[in-house]
Amino acid sequence: MYPSRFSYEAPTTVKEAIALLSKANGEAKVLAGGQSLVPMMKLRFAAPQILVDINNIPGLAFHSADPDGTYRIGALCRHVDLEKDVELAAQQPTMAAAAPVIADPIVRTRGTVVGSLCHADPQGDWASVMSALGGSIVAEGPNGRRTIPCSDFVNGPFQNLLEPEELAVEATVPPPVGTRAGGYLKLERRIGDFATAGVAVSLELSGEQVVRAGIGLTGVGPSTICADAAAETLVGQALDQSTIERAAQLASDVSQPRSDHRGSEAYKRHIVATFVTRILSNLQPATEQAT
Amino acid sequence: MTIDEVKIGGLGASRPRVEDNRFIRGKGNYVDDIALPGMLHMELLRSPLAHARIKSIDVTAAWAIPGVRLVLTGEMMASRNLAWMPTLSYDTQAVLATDKVRFQGQEIACVVADDPYIAKDACEAIIVDYEPLPVIVNPTQAMTAGAPVIRDDKENQHDNLIFDWEVGDKDGTDAAFSAADVVSELELHYPRSHPSPIETCGSIADFDRSTSKLTVYMTTQAPHIIRAAVAMVAELPEHMIRIISPDLGGGFGNKVPVYPGYVVSILASILLERPVKWIEDKTGNLISTGFGRDVYLRGQMALRKDGKILGVRMHTDSDHGAFFSDAQPSKFKIGLMHSAFACYDIPTAHLTAQGVYTNKAPGGVAYRCSFRVTEAMFFQERMVQAAADDLGLDQAEFRRLNFVQDDDFPHRTPFGFLTDSGQYGKCLDIGLEAVGYKKFLEQKEEAKKNGRLLGIGISTMTEPLGAGNSREYDILGIKMFDSAELRVHMTGKAILRTGAKSQGQGHETTWAQIVAHELGIPADDVVVEEGDTDTAPFGMGTYASRSTPVAGAAVSMVSRKIRAKARKIAAHLLEVSEEDIDWELGRFYLRSSPDRGVTIQECAMAAYSNVPDGMEPGLENNAYYDPPNLTWPFACYIATVEVDPLTGVWDVLNMVAVDDCGVRINPMIVEGQIMGGLTEAYAMASMQFITFDDEGNCVGSNYMDYLLPTAWETPGFELHEVVTPCPHHPIGAKGIGECATVGGPAAFVNAVMDALKGSGVRNVDMPLLPDRVYEALTTSRDVSGAPPIRTS
Repeated sequence: MYPSRFSYEAPTTVKEAIALLSKANGEAKVLAGGQSLVPMMKLRFAAPQILVDINNIPGLAFHSADPDGTYRIGALCRHVDLEKDVELAAQQPTMAAAAPVIADPIVRTRGTVVGSLCHADPQGDWASVMSALGGSIVAEGPNGRRTIPCSDFVNGPFQNLLEPEELAVEATVPPPVGTRAGGYLKLERRIGDFATAGVAVSLELSGEQVVRAGIGLTGVGPSTICADAAAETLVGQALDQSTIERAAQLASDVSQPRSDHRGSEAYKRHIVATFVTRILSNLQPATEQAT
Repeated sequence: MTIDEVKIGGLGASRPRVEDNRFIRGKGNYVDDIALPGMLHMELLRSPLAHARIKSIDVTAAWAIPGVRLVLTGEMMASRNLAWMPTLSYDTQAVLATDKVRFQGQEIACVVADDPYIAKDACEAIIVDYEPLPVIVNPTQAMTAGAPVIRDDKENQHDNLIFDWEVGDKDGTDAAFSAADVVSELELHYPRSHPSPIETCGSIADFDRSTSKLTVYMTTQAPHIIRAAVAMVAELPEHMIRIISPDLGGGFGNKVPVYPGYVVSILASILLERPVKWIEDKTGNLISTGFGRDVYLRGQMALRKDGKILGVRMHTDSDHGAFFSDAQPSKFKIGLMHSAFACYDIPTAHLTAQGVYTNKAPGGVAYRCSFRVTEAMFFQERMVQAAADDLGLDQAEFRRLNFVQDDDFPHRTPFGFLTDSGQYGKCLDIGLEAVGYKKFLEQKEEAKKNGRLLGIGISTMTEPLGAGNSREYDILGIKMFDSAELRVHMTGKAILRTGAKSQGQGHETTWAQIVAHELGIPADDVVVEEGDTDTAPFGMGTYASRSTPVAGAAVSMVSRKIRAKARKIAAHLLEVSEEDIDWELGRFYLRSSPDRGVTIQECAMAAYSNVPDGMEPGLENNAYYDPPNLTWPFACYIATVEVDPLTGVWDVLNMVAVDDCGVRINPMIVEGQIMGGLTEAYAMASMQFITFDDEGNCVGSNYMDYLLPTAWETPGFELHEVVTPCPHHPIGAKGIGECATVGGPAAFVNAVMDALKGSGVRNVDMPLLPDRVYEALTTSRDVSGAPPIRTS
């Protein structure tokens, strides 16, 4: 790999990292897992003057639930940390479904969840998951911390709302109001390929009734799509066949896929509907599924 | 007393691979591992455009960067008569572009610098002014009247046609079609792919002014051909050129041609009198070096109602890119495409072929295949399935009905090859049994009632491996024989060298096994060396599954020469005449008194210490082997799949392979070859393709876009074997390295087509990506051509 010339900094505190970013006048990039940034530097698509490596900052490699149920993922939490967490399925079923299908095992071992969110690739999986969960990014800058909802965080392909001097220190998911259920399905041509289409569904249930819902769509628009109308149609309902079909149709309608070498626009819309249906059908009570 | 051949690592021993010892320890020695004192680094500037006139090239800024030692452009190459070089198919190829660029990724300039970072920076500083020209990306565009002429550098080239070629019996075939009850038709595209060895191409050229010797470390599958080519292109005396091909990280046909990078690094070293290293990056390898396939095939099959095939017509339109640089025997313009239908008893056939230039990378290398055999067998087996379906016959029985029978050998194929051995029916039986054919057909019907789509696909084929014989096979006039040299040292240990060049095939392991088989010297006592033209005997290299059929035979023959001399020495030691002694593995003994004998090791010692009067000392020899025929392995591959009707995703349920490659030298290595080949077959069928958009941009220039299946998606394979020895090979072996890549894809595609049977779909071209399968299923229409690139 022969990237363009750059200088390398390895701060040991968040404060130090922010100071370095502030000094760099927007010419710095943060290195966490490096699974997107480094290949881009290799191809010289990215040529940052300064690389701020945050891997030496202690206290960022965590994922945990607060007593109130808020779920927090630190900036150095690797995909594999979630994949290997056997308790995650009960706490965060949508995340647990997504973690094993992020990229490939090599990328999962090194790449970070927060880094992936910041990278803002329209085909990135975590943005859909976090949007479905109503999650947020916590950004820390010279003036302290602020919280940015994931649904707003990405403002275009490979663009986010971070200021140049801000570091995304964690991602958070609000506490549930019901029992969590959910799933993530992705169509990829090969493991490690970007999604042809992906669907994240998060439900919170009270009995059989949906009390809160979120649906995020991967790879079918210029950035992650929050299928709010589809999610809304589930709230207050049980997961019967007609509700599922309605949600699938609404999700498909709101997607904005482009025809490309991964498939036609119509095909991708169809996959969105199929996956919404599959995830929700899978979450139906056993009696419903049988019918 | 008798030596157990398997114990000494002879024929049939699944001996662990000798070379793995260093590979798994990270001690391999690849070109990029080599660092010479004073070595400089070279980088190539490549064209971003597929077709454009070069108006000017400004290298001023590149020269100004500290650490830059040399900047070369086509113009400077031209002043040394090196702007163009000959290809392996009697065409010319630009080394560095002078007049135009003709494909995206074409080499325009080079920078040599103190380190590769500087070289890359300097390449970016070169300013090229282009005048874009209309781009041609497929044969239809190429042959449209008024299409821009890509090769306007060639006198008398007024269109984009490279060749019109035919083989077979046109009149006879026409007559067969007149007599046919049913005519089946099929049209398909075998998409372009790239062999993509993990190690890219590279070289270190080291010209020593004091000795006038040029040493080049190079990623090549055929070092001796390269030496000859360099001698001709660079006009250097052949004895002053030493090509060393060290460990290779895969080749798959990609490392047969001569590439501009090699040539430029050599010139740079001569000019600078310092070693110059060039290591291609992955994108450079994928967009500029020898691709495979890219052929449109169509044809018809004349059939009798009872299922007998009466004749076949085939036509191919092949896309060779901007330079006709296929690596193939010179006589045959579209490789051995006419080996198609060799396993079937078909009286007559006719093939026409047209090759064209396009604005795509050149190559047309034999990607893990014996020169276009992959396309031939794919068309054959897709056509056979289509014909069986048209006749309403069972696909297995239709094949069996038309197979060449066991007692019909030697058999003349419809295009004139001579096959010599095989048990086709037996292989099919074993395959059908292993896959549970009848039961699967029932399951398939049952599943259909529940809306599930199951399919089964068969591919059976024999293919010509081991070019040549030299009567018919040559590259640029150099006959396709091969060689081996064996030196047995006085303690009975030995070094063997051949003109082949392993790039993963395991020659260091298997050649020693042949020596062990012939001489009884334990395989561990034989070291194998290849790839250095100063030490290895002349050979044509390793590709087209030719190593075992040709070089492997030479290993046998040289061992037998050694044995013949050892016999004389044994007679001398035993003080009897040669006629009185017999050979058993590793030992000569007195026929009348078998306890009295001498071992091959004792003969070796005597060869250096106690030779009979009048005999030359030493125990060394070499052998050049010119095979009487190709070898004809047979394979039966059967895949079962399930297609998800809502997504078009298909999963392989089972893949059974029955291979008959004759005698197996090392069964473990053979199985490894088959598994690797099946993986590539699955790759072709499912995802691995390179395509181009309308502007000639290569889509597939990195491993995110060029999809190689990994262990995660590759299905498991079940292997079976039949052994029909090759009647003319010294140890009865046939080629095997490529069978599964050649025969495998049709099994997967036939299986998916079988699952779609009844939907009105006759063909979906590879790759069978989910969206294409879904499109076929929902529209009931064929899906043809390379996957569309829709950018808007």
